[in-house]
Amino acid sequence: MTDLSRIKTLSPGDVLPGREFCCDNVQLFFYNASLWNAHRIHYDYPYATQVEGYPGLVVAGPLMGDWLTQCVLDWMEQDATLVSFEYSNRKACYTGDVLNFAGEVASVEQDNGLVTLDLRITDREGDTVTPGRAVVRFPFD
Amino acid sequence: MSSLLNSELLSHIGRSAPPRKELVTRRDIRKYSVATGQTRASFLAGDEAPPMFHIALFWDVVEMDQLSPDGVSVDTLLPEFPLKRAMAGGWKIEYFKKIHPGDVLTARRTLTDIYEKKGSKGPLIFYELIVKIENEAGEPVLTEKITRILR
Repeated sequence: MTDLSRIKTLSPGDVLPGREFCCDNVQLFFYNASLWNAHRIHYDYPYATQVEGYPGLVVAGPLMGDWLTQCVLDWMEQDATLVSFEYSNRKACYTGDVLNFAGEVASVEQDNGLVTLDLRITDREGDTVTPGRAVVRFPFD
Repeated sequence: MSSLLNSELLSHIGRSAPPRKELVTRRDIRKYSVATGQTRASFLAGDEAPPMFHIALFWDVVEMDQLSPDGVSVDTLLPEFPLKRAMAGGWKIEYFKKIHPGDVLTARRTLTDIYEKKGSKGPLIFYELIVKIENEAGEPVLTEKITRILR
């Protein structure tokens, strides 16, 4: 059920629910198989560590982008539509890393229903590994 | 003045790949939804595609002898860069229509920029692609700008 009044309850600084992510070998395999992505850094441990010098198997960057969209969709439920989304991968993450999503409302445009969200995935050190931004449109009177 | 990028390499900016057409299937949406850990029932049932599904739909299906030693498929739209190791970059996507099973979508990719930056561990090459995806009626479904990084 679409809630026409929900945007009126939103303000800049409102916090989106947090979510923890931890990609294991099975998820990383499934993800890259669904793409047909054979990049060795995602499944060939000797190659990733000895040739490329990574400490482990690298979590696919677009998978972390997808996680950001999931947090946006979970928050907006069926009330809004996704208008645009952007993200970048700043720091490599590895299978087994415990990562946390955080996000908040950056701006609310009551006159056209647009809400901008600042998003990020942080690692255990607190570093932002995947920042992002989304714009969603709520119904408005 | 850039040290890695010459005029021949930069002349590739503006080139487009042949359009690619793909059929969206419920099974592919379900596999993608499971792989990414989606929570929406409509995604897991394959009734509707998650917002990043198109990345899987249009990832190049290549034969194994077309892979470079690191397992990356050779993108014929790109020139041969002096740096080889691909890192993830970023995506900027504008959405116009949702994707459902049965949709036949066409993607058109254009190489729009190549530039160099100094990284903490050496030079990095960035390149940018614009991808426009439309449905069979010619209506825009989404447009994205992809930035990839080579080290």
